[in-house]
Amino acid sequence: MTTSAAASVRWRLRQPSVIPGFGLTLGFSLAYLTLIILIPLAGLVWRSASLSGEEFFAILADERTIKALEVSFGTAFIAALVNVVFGVIVAWVIVRYEFPGRRIIDAVVDLPFALPTAVAGIALAALYAPNGWVGQVLNVFGIKAAFNPTGIVIALVFIGLPFVVRTVQPIMEEIDSEVEEAAATLGANRFQTIRRVLLPGLAPAILTGFALAFARGVGEYGSVIFIAGNIPYVSEIAPLLIVIRLEEFNYGAATAIATIMLALSFVMLLVINLIQAWSRRRYGYGA
Amino acid sequence: MDVSVKNIRKEFDRYPALNDVSLDIRSGELIALLGPSGSGKTTLLRLIAGLETPTRGSIFFGAEDASHRTVQERHVGFVFQHYALFRHMTVADNIAFGLTVRPRGQRPPKTEIRRRVADLLEMVQLSGLEKRYPNQLSGGQRQRVALARAMAIEPKVLLLDEPFGALDAKVRKELRRWLREFHDRTGHTTVFVTHDQEEALELADRVVVMSQGAIEQVGSSDDVYDRPNSPFVFSFIGDSAHVPVSVADNTVRFQGEPIGVAPRANDMASGTGTLFFRPQDVALVGDPAAPALEGRVATSRRLAGTRIADLDIGKPGEPHHVEIEVPLDALAATGTTIRFRPTRWKLFAE
Repeated sequence: MTTSAAASVRWRLRQPSVIPGFGLTLGFSLAYLTLIILIPLAGLVWRSASLSGEEFFAILADERTIKALEVSFGTAFIAALVNVVFGVIVAWVIVRYEFPGRRIIDAVVDLPFALPTAVAGIALAALYAPNGWVGQVLNVFGIKAAFNPTGIVIALVFIGLPFVVRTVQPIMEEIDSEVEEAAATLGANRFQTIRRVLLPGLAPAILTGFALAFARGVGEYGSVIFIAGNIPYVSEIAPLLIVIRLEEFNYGAATAIATIMLALSFVMLLVINLIQAWSRRRYGYGA
Repeated sequence: MDVSVKNIRKEFDRYPALNDVSLDIRSGELIALLGPSGSGKTTLLRLIAGLETPTRGSIFFGAEDASHRTVQERHVGFVFQHYALFRHMTVADNIAFGLTVRPRGQRPPKTEIRRRVADLLEMVQLSGLEKRYPNQLSGGQRQRVALARAMAIEPKVLLLDEPFGALDAKVRKELRRWLREFHDRTGHTTVFVTHDQEEALELADRVVVMSQGAIEQVGSSDDVYDRPNSPFVFSFIGDSAHVPVSVADNTVRFQGEPIGVAPRANDMASGTGTLFFRPQDVALVGDPAAPALEGRVATSRRLAGTRIADLDIGKPGEPHHVEIEVPLDALAATGTTIRFRPTRWKLFAE
């Protein structure tokens, strides 16, 4: 009796928790994710599979495709780096200091989330164009900040900032002040405390913020196309090239570029997640 | 290193956490700051460390006024209640931290640091765990890593905030004994904060009893237990009973009746006050004519080797309860009457 009961139990899905509704919610989650994410992505891959291998690699080896991917991933990477530095500083100011207008600054951080990206693109282009307010000043120093890759980076910095601030901020709020005091009693100055005690503790959150800002930057379209100048081989982003191919009714080429973007993004996010999992295992925490 | 605290006042938002506190700590002493929560004991410890700045008053390290020295300059070892270990660093890196942040000129070479870390780990009996991370250690091990980290900078003074507060009872007892041995071996001036009187009385050379931002009494365990100098200390340390009394004609009376206790030469000669005594410092009085405290047994309970009786000694309409120890063979059934006299007591004027 007991053995057969044990045997039948062994084949059942392990009950993960005493909270009821596991089957229902898991089923719903899987169905929902399939419908919203997996089916469209599978459609993309299936569509590009209509190309032969040779055609596929011909599109990828095309100078214009490679340049567009370089521009997209390169500018997104630089913008995410910039956002990590300044986003952490903004989060620090919001978390650590009490000053009039702190709540307003806190709210302003979310604006890039809320603003339609095209509006942001037009505003940035108007500002940074050679005859715009900021563009004029930069022109004096011989810096062109619009209609080239620099312009793309500016747009992506604008779009990505809240991702870094909002992932780092809650972790920063949780920092135990005793840890800083401990560093001080051991003789560390402020700079050493920040560099050796606080920043390593924030690293997982910063990495997450970087990943989110980077992923958003790679896929950004609306704000970029107004300020990029969209010069092929120079400042043409991959999403724009996809649109161009679609307008040429060249669906195969469009989906091929899309598939390679998907693969590259997936690999980068996977690597970042592996780093996170490793740090969580090691230090027992993470973002 | 002697430490003296002179007339320190500390306010938080106008509310005084410490009010005119002075304390002299001798070099090599093990001192406990004991008091209920909110008594200002942790604030005093943090002021000595330099983690807070006093509103008024000064702190001397030896002959030198350290009041305006920064935390870093004071060179104290501080062990936090929740250890505050750096969780992204290994045990060895945690302990070495205080050495590796020194300016390049004063920093010992790498091999020297490694040797010092190994020595400290051996001292706190954690050899072999240098590669572990703090979250891979038990509470007692973390506590000892925190102590080793504080000792690594060779501090003049060691300050511990509720060092055993977060540990379970058994580990706490072990670490207590271990800390005493550690102190005797290293001879550091050590100050620790606790709300556990047993811990303070067992461990410290001198106990500083604090209440409401002021020091009530400073003395050895015997001093504060046997010769408490205020009603607060008498009732805070150990078990006690107290009786409101009036004194006149060289007689102490409770609710108008003499209780067989005469005030001593330096006690008050007349007026009202409170008589304190320990439950075990009483003698039963057999003679019904002799003056004594008389009470009806409300409840009695057996406690290991003794029997504790809860007596109502008040007149009808003026109940007053005291707990005393009675011999195991005494008849202490509920409702019976017991007559007793305190043998050791202390009288505090109102």
